[in-house]
Amino acid sequence: MALEKPEDNKINRRDWLGSGLRSLCLLGVGGTAGLLAGRSQAQNTVWQIDPYICIACGNCATHCVLDESAVKCVHAFAMCGYCDLCTGFMDPQPDAINKGAENELCPTGAITRTFVEDPYYQYTIDEKLCNGCGKCVKGCSKMGNGSLFLQVRHDRCVNCNECAIAAACPSQAFKRVPASQPYIMKEADHAE
Amino acid sequence: MTQLRTKIILSVLFLGVFTGAALGQFNFPPPDFGPEYVMPETTTPPPQSGWHDIADVTVLLAALILAAYFTLKKRRRSYIFTLMIFCLIYFGFWREGCVCPIGSIQNITLALFDSSYTVPLVVLAFFVLPLVFTLFFGRGFCAAVCPLGAIQDVVLISPIKVPSWLQHSLGLLAYVYLGAAVLFAATGSAFIICEYDPFVAFFRLSGSLNMLVLGGCFLVVGMFVGRPYCRFFCPYGVLLRLMSRFSKWKVTITPEECVQCHLCRETCPFGAIETPTPENISTGSLQRDKFRLAALFLLLPILIATGGFLVSNMSVPLSRMHADVRLAERIYLEDTGAVLDTVDESDAFRATGTPIEQLYADVDIIRGKFTTGGWLLGGFLGLVLGAKLIRLSVYRRRSDYQAHRAYCLACGRCYEYCPVHQEKIKADTATVIKVGG
Repeated sequence: MALEKPEDNKINRRDWLGSGLRSLCLLGVGGTAGLLAGRSQAQNTVWQIDPYICIACGNCATHCVLDESAVKCVHAFAMCGYCDLCTGFMDPQPDAINKGAENELCPTGAITRTFVEDPYYQYTIDEKLCNGCGKCVKGCSKMGNGSLFLQVRHDRCVNCNECAIAAACPSQAFKRVPASQPYIMKEADHAE
Repeated sequence: MTQLRTKIILSVLFLGVFTGAALGQFNFPPPDFGPEYVMPETTTPPPQSGWHDIADVTVLLAALILAAYFTLKKRRRSYIFTLMIFCLIYFGFWREGCVCPIGSIQNITLALFDSSYTVPLVVLAFFVLPLVFTLFFGRGFCAAVCPLGAIQDVVLISPIKVPSWLQHSLGLLAYVYLGAAVLFAATGSAFIICEYDPFVAFFRLSGSLNMLVLGGCFLVVGMFVGRPYCRFFCPYGVLLRLMSRFSKWKVTITPEECVQCHLCRETCPFGAIETPTPENISTGSLQRDKFRLAALFLLLPILIATGGFLVSNMSVPLSRMHADVRLAERIYLEDTGAVLDTVDESDAFRATGTPIEQLYADVDIIRGKFTTGGWLLGGFLGLVLGAKLIRLSVYRRRSDYQAHRAYCLACGRCYEYCPVHQEKIKADTATVIKVGG
């Protein structure tokens, strides 16, 4: 009996130490969670491009983890000048003002040019063909109204925790936005 | 002729630019087509709805409960394996690997250090739940829930034994990885755990060549070395090991008395089963061990200080992980004439009109953070190394084969090989099971 007693004490001491350290860990995890729970938000965040910062460098087309980038060009029609000679649609030195492939900027032919009334043309993006390279965006913002711009399309984006395009974005235009407002659309009355 | 026409058009166009700028904010005022023209709508497809987040957390919670039940109570490898395959398909291939508890370390760190970043509740739940479950039930998360563990577990065909010294040394890499990930997340530089996630490219069946090669290497090595990422790299595994060390319940190989057959040790692919210690140890060697232990305790502060000194001296190269630091260095080179061309980054920065002095001041602050962080990271790594040496020098008596509290991944392979366990199942079900053919 005398031999067993210290053995019991030892086990108790170890148990006590174990539960003490366990409580400490629990306190640590719980404390961190509690600290952040107050500042956390119920909804998830998604990635989006701020079109007013974006410089249309072309990284969106090549750096997305998806084979076909989740970034596509979108068109704010209300801002468009419907130009005959659209610098977003055409090479700066076009041979003629028509839809000939030699005149077009878009490498995949994703922009459709349709006549509305003289001398106005409507430009629509075929999203299936767009690869998000931003050549048209660059052309449009250089000389036109800037109505073409790049956006992360959320039907395609897999919402990586660390967006590979964001890591490669030279102008740091990528940001996390609340999932309830997943787009940053260009608007005519935006204050620069 | 064409050239001439282009010139005329371009000159008209420039005229348009200037008059447009004078008239209003548009270079080319949008025309008014009248009511018959229908302006096409710019679509905004919504992100996946919020119920996905709720479903993810529910599945995680259910899987953790089941994993604890299967590893501790049911004690059957087949159950654990089935749950593991389900989680591999759900969290891996269906939900495409994001967000996972491993990566959530960085979100939590960023939220702790940057008050402008708010962490979503789903990420917080993914960080906390596995840790709390491990604190009570051991590493059931690693066994059956984590898709990264699962994909390595299914390719493990012919495990070799990693020598003990190598296993302990490689295990320290995970601390370096965790420390670096926390440093880069805290300074807002990068999420390196996600950037170098080896298996996410497989889950999505697309990704850059680097990702696929890295993941492929891990899978090829993983055919012969049990779960190399989990054991030697996983930064979340570091936290789970700590929690598992103090877990309330743990994996016990044998349900009754150990018969010392060491079959379990032979079958464990992760080197997580400890052998019984010899009965007699000469007092001479014990004396020597005590001296060594005392020396290691004295060495500990030196290790911490050295680590801190070394890593804080690397703060300048480390700080280049931050985009602003890279930008400032580039701007400096351009302004001093060291490079003649410009890059997209510097062009974009100059276009914003932000004063360069402000950028330099910001970068000084970031570099300062890296110096402080370097001391902390180095000190932490020194402490880890010291604690590892001390732990290896501490003698603890064991009479039976036991699963290591921290390293056991609760995969349940040893249950199938324990003759006592098999006998018990036989007795419980009262059916004849033919063992060993």
